[in-house]
Amino acid sequence: MPELRFSPAALAEVKRLLAHYPADRKKSALLPVLHLAQNELGPHLSVPLMDYVAGLLEITPIEVYEVASFYTMFNTRPVGRFKLEPCRTGPCALNGAEDLIAYLEKKLGIRDGETTADGLFTLKSTECLGSCGSAPVMQIGEDYHENLTFAEVDRLLENLKQRAGR
Amino acid sequence: MILEHAGNAEARTLAGWRKLGGYASVEKALKGMTPEQVGEEVKKAGLRGRGGAGFPAGLKWSFLDRKSDKPRYLVCNADESEPGTFKDRYLMEHLPHLLVEGMIVSSFALGAKTSYIYIRGEYMYLLRLLEKAIGEAYAAGYLGNDILGSGYSLDLHVHPGGGAYICGEETALLESLEGKRGNPRIKPPFPASQGLYGCPTVVNNVETIATVPHVLRMGGEAYAAIGVGKSTGTKLISASGHIKRPGVYEIELGKVSCEEFLLSDAFCGGPKNGRPIKAVIPGGSSVPVLPLALFLKTAKGEARMMSYESLADGGFVSGTSLGSGGFFAMDESACMVRNLWNLTRFYHHESCGQCSPCREGTGWMEKVLHRLEAGQGRLSDIDLLVDIAKKIEGNTICPLGDAAAWPVASHIRHFRHEFEYHVKYPEKVKDPRHGEREPVAMPK
Repeated sequence: MPELRFSPAALAEVKRLLAHYPADRKKSALLPVLHLAQNELGPHLSVPLMDYVAGLLEITPIEVYEVASFYTMFNTRPVGRFKLEPCRTGPCALNGAEDLIAYLEKKLGIRDGETTADGLFTLKSTECLGSCGSAPVMQIGEDYHENLTFAEVDRLLENLKQRAGR
Repeated sequence: MILEHAGNAEARTLAGWRKLGGYASVEKALKGMTPEQVGEEVKKAGLRGRGGAGFPAGLKWSFLDRKSDKPRYLVCNADESEPGTFKDRYLMEHLPHLLVEGMIVSSFALGAKTSYIYIRGEYMYLLRLLEKAIGEAYAAGYLGNDILGSGYSLDLHVHPGGGAYICGEETALLESLEGKRGNPRIKPPFPASQGLYGCPTVVNNVETIATVPHVLRMGGEAYAAIGVGKSTGTKLISASGHIKRPGVYEIELGKVSCEEFLLSDAFCGGPKNGRPIKAVIPGGSSVPVLPLALFLKTAKGEARMMSYESLADGGFVSGTSLGSGGFFAMDESACMVRNLWNLTRFYHHESCGQCSPCREGTGWMEKVLHRLEAGQGRLSDIDLLVDIAKKIEGNTICPLGDAAAWPVASHIRHFRHEFEYHVKYPEKVKDPRHGEREPVAMPK
């Protein structure tokens, strides 16, 4: 397990974020700092990691747990290296989202919500990503992949595997 | 108007935006107007909140408690998450400086010294883009201390959400900005008196704020002359679903008929698969669905127009709402039971869980719809759904309950035959693609 401490660069980022809010409102920085923690020390917000964030913001651990568990972007359970998040809502469902999810399930050999045995991919269908005009769409990390075809999905997964050195 | 420079890459940098006439409203307001005068122009413009509720922005601003000695805040709601809506994303991606400019003049009008843009966490790339634009604005002296020597100072920050539809509700958004769960607050007190950190606060949608520079440029009265009646100005419509030309369109309110919007090549371009359009949800998934005939013409037989009033004509019995402008159309291959099940699953997933009618009701409706869709429902389930929806509506702290109830009521009101079909012919709906296979089998 990596040491649960932000790098100096990330600590500088925490300082920058804290300056956005009144000095007595450090808790306001919780969501941005959780995003930072998940990116830098995640992808899983473990209890020790959330406790570390609580210490940085001078709030109690429960204040971090209740927030991390409320928002769907935060992984309070272990996830694979790459989280694949195809949109499943209304307009996307009209334009192939169900087929896309089924294709991903078959290709990865897992069900929606599960992680591949090699720990590389987690498939988690998500609600509306605000990309309804370019359906079907999938978010991977911060990137939107729009107007997806199965061939494009194959290419994406291949690239991710290469990035992971597999 | 709003999207005038949307395709132009120059508009994304401060220098380019200034060349296109950007930041003129900041010069105009901060050097030559009082905050009250700016507010007055917005009032005169008749600008209505573009997030979905359509509440007059000038009036909302006038409710701000100016007697309080606490700091005041302006918070931009960029938590765009209403299914079918992607206009704010488009606007921020193409015209980040228009939003920054709008934030500056609006903050000036409200007397805010610190303002925030609360953006949904999924739009993290846009957060970085906005922070870059804000950095440029600081460097050019449009933000920070003593802006353009006017004596007015403003700090502007972007704050990410964490993936929760409910944070689009303004009090949930404020809770989230304070680093808490997005549980809506009981109103009153309204944010205008006790908002962010208990201070007077105004929360406005991205498009609303992006319109303010245009109002100042042309003057409130000139802006009000655009559009029809109380639907002044232009509105961004994000179009998707079974149409040929999905995308974001800016329309002059009340001047484009629903028929033209759906069929014309200037807009949606008609159905994409050659199958006739069956139903339309014109304002985001929360507004009532309409069958094509009622979308094109009101119950009185008049041509329906793309405006707040015309879309609402007939109330929720035969009308709908412009909402957020999240327009999506369904052709005859769409199964309305499946569509409603999908949308209800969304509301169940997004319910914050505070109020029992919403927390329990949305889950209950999702389960009933799932069994109907799978061909395991009973005829009595249909009225059960109507009953649950009725008991959620109006009985929750925030409008998410209503937003979950309206699609249920309207899908059943206008497409009851499809629900009955699922009960009568369970073997025909076993295949999840029955919408595509059996479109004509659904009796009218």
